[in-house]
Amino acid sequence: MTEILRVENLKKSYDGFLAVNGVSFAVKQGELKALIGPNGAGKSTCFNMLMGQLKPTAGEVFFDGARITGKRPREIWRMGVGRTFQITGTYQSMTVIENVQMALISHHRRLYSVLPRAWKLYREEAFEFLKTVSMQDQADRPCSILAYGDLKRLELAIALTHRPRLLLMDEPTAGMAPTARVELMQLVADIVSEQGVSVLFTEHDMDVVFAHAHHIMVLNRGELIADGSAAEVRANPQVQEVYLGGGTLFKEASHA
Amino acid sequence: MAFLFAQFLTGLANASSLFLVASGLSLIFGVTRIVNFAHGSFYMLGAFIGVTLMELLPGHVGFWGAILLTGLAVGAIGAFVEMVVLRPIYRAPELFQLVATFGVILVIQDLALMIWGAEDRLGPRAPGLRGVWRIFGEPVPKYDIVIIAITPFILFALWYLITRTRVGVLVRAATQDREMVGALGVNQAWLFTGVFALGSALAGWGGALQLPKGGADLLMDFNIIGAVFVVVVIGGMGSLPGAFIAAVLISVLNVLGVTYLPQSTLVLMFVVMAVVLIIRPYGLLGREEVAGEHGQVGAPETPIRPYGTTGQMLVIALLALLAALPLFADRFLLILMIDMVVFALFAASLHFILGSGGLVSFGHAAFFGGGAYAAALLVFHTDTPMELAFLFAPLAAGLLALGIGWFCIRLTGVYFAMLTLAFSQLVWSLAFQWREVTRGDDGLVNIWPSPWLSGTVPYYYFTLALGIGGILVLRHIIHSPFGYALRAGRDSPRQAEAMGIDVKRIQFAAFALAGVMAGLAGGIFVFSKGSVFPTELEIAASFDALIVVFLGGVKTLAGGVVGAGFMTVAEDWLTRLEYWRLVLGLVIIAVVIIAPEGIVGSLRRLWTRLRGTDEEALQ
Repeated sequence: MTEILRVENLKKSYDGFLAVNGVSFAVKQGELKALIGPNGAGKSTCFNMLMGQLKPTAGEVFFDGARITGKRPREIWRMGVGRTFQITGTYQSMTVIENVQMALISHHRRLYSVLPRAWKLYREEAFEFLKTVSMQDQADRPCSILAYGDLKRLELAIALTHRPRLLLMDEPTAGMAPTARVELMQLVADIVSEQGVSVLFTEHDMDVVFAHAHHIMVLNRGELIADGSAAEVRANPQVQEVYLGGGTLFKEASHA
Repeated sequence: MAFLFAQFLTGLANASSLFLVASGLSLIFGVTRIVNFAHGSFYMLGAFIGVTLMELLPGHVGFWGAILLTGLAVGAIGAFVEMVVLRPIYRAPELFQLVATFGVILVIQDLALMIWGAEDRLGPRAPGLRGVWRIFGEPVPKYDIVIIAITPFILFALWYLITRTRVGVLVRAATQDREMVGALGVNQAWLFTGVFALGSALAGWGGALQLPKGGADLLMDFNIIGAVFVVVVIGGMGSLPGAFIAAVLISVLNVLGVTYLPQSTLVLMFVVMAVVLIIRPYGLLGREEVAGEHGQVGAPETPIRPYGTTGQMLVIALLALLAALPLFADRFLLILMIDMVVFALFAASLHFILGSGGLVSFGHAAFFGGGAYAAALLVFHTDTPMELAFLFAPLAAGLLALGIGWFCIRLTGVYFAMLTLAFSQLVWSLAFQWREVTRGDDGLVNIWPSPWLSGTVPYYYFTLALGIGGILVLRHIIHSPFGYALRAGRDSPRQAEAMGIDVKRIQFAAFALAGVMAGLAGGIFVFSKGSVFPTELEIAASFDALIVVFLGGVKTLAGGVVGAGFMTVAEDWLTRLEYWRLVLGLVIIAVVIIAPEGIVGSLRRLWTRLRGTDEEALQ
């Protein structure tokens, strides 16, 4: 498998405080990889540097071999990286399908076009994306009245519109009911296996992480302390220390 | 050198009042996030109440006692305004509070006229401080020296209050996070009222302290508000030392400007502000605004839709009526309709960037007046044929918008509003002071259309075609991908950037387009009146457009147009009354509090309720 994302020695310091201290890792093509860690470990800081919302203090980020360090979010998006946010940022004054159409309009580079009516453009295509996340029944509802879980699914549909090769998801299931979490992550896992998209996500819910992620990375105090399969991460003494102060961690038997 | 020093002292003395007023405004903004346009009115009230009290109370004790009492009185008035007008709308978007405070300005203006009359009052001299002291041989009024000596103590007292007392801790905490302070059991409502009262009192003291140097008149409120905003913005919103430094800077510059560059006094202040904001976008000692709070009033904005068959029929019927109007209307009605269409296009162009783009511009008159002046200058100086000169109105306004937008678009929220205001003041002062070219306040006259358009009826149709045409073009663009991208950037800039939209560039293009349309309105305007004066570029003209958009309803597409229609008719009626400002101000305040969705928004809500097709009802 080829590497789609490569991060080298990434650092971010705020007035001397190192929020992220020399993180290096890679995400392979078609991989579903999780980045976990306690609160304040630097997960979101890391994410924001990957997608260009934050400028790293040092280090490099490569997407598909091309250097994207310090590029703007919109440039990185155009190269084929999608992203969803911890707190959804959908367009409240548009309908569900218009939110998807907006992304398609941008993808097809029609942002400065003033002649056509926007809601007529790419409607069919947008509808197909809504189908992949089972939101087609709500296509014409105003976005402002959606339930939170539906907003998360809509955001996923939006992130898929430019057929990204890599998807960055910051806490995709935060604030959702347990059953909805499992459903959403199953959806993401299906998309990974069907479309060959690579996904990197952060998550607090360990059930979600250990049930779906192919590989798991653990971040603590700005440093990566583990990077491997679920079993390897579970067995890692440092990870156990961080999460349980030395106790056993996420036993498979816990489901029994 | 001695002369220069004396000038410097005069500047310092002038800075005292300015600092008091500005620190009050800064304090109010810091805590309540309200940009209080009525602050100049409190300053004016301070002057008038001060004069009255000084006449009543004799001697040394009387003079200084009157100043003290004035502040307390103005503070009480401020508290009253805060409780009645502002308290109901704290959760509303910034624009609502701005408009409400503008209503307060109008009300106070007419109340002051009722109580104190139209004549200017000369302030009494301070007892015992009538003469001058010689400093390096130059005469400096004793009162100036005393004020210069007092001001640092006031700054220190304020600084002590804010940084060293429990009240100050609460105030600073509220500046950082209002909700948290509320959650800690502090009665926010009273904290806000208290801060507003203190801020108003400071303005009142500023008004009273300047009495021996100036006096009291009914234009004081608008005359100082520009300078006060410049000071607060240069110093950094919410920073007391910043306000002090900026007040000194502006006052000294002003005094020197009057002496050495009398042609540029008005421009100077705004040039300084523009330069500071370009280098330090949040002022000398200001901090970057944490993403402005945007409260919601009523229901969230509904997705936009083109009119259904009923709506389209109504629009067509209205257009048919307008087209048939010359058949039965008299000349005066036609002229009123021309005014209305011009104003509607102007308002629609502002509504385009404000409603769809979320860009609250305080200087939109620069493009309306700029377009009018561009055409008028060509006709006046080079006898350009009307048809060609007319084309230059939207063209020049668009170029002006490109230039101004280049500086302003990088800022957001209040700072964006202030910088647009500064640039429009710059344009205004050019028109006002560059007499060789613009003839100053004599205006440019004899700017008439070509013979084929010189009749009222032909010009009416000309206005209808271009004015309504412009409005329809704007409407169409709102529904186009470009309009959607503009709204996307307003709804969630972060999401928009993360889907490939260059938000600032889209806003820049929209700003320029709005400029073109405002310039078009200005072009129609100038040839219908045959003249143009600097008043078309004044702050008040920009505010008129803001109020109209707001009255019509920011969240509705027809808001600007309907508001303009309403305002033209209402003004036509109201200005026949003696105290029309009072009525208009009360109407504005009432609309803000009772119908914050504006005319169109409220009508639409009524309509959906009657038909019962609310989205919620479907569930």
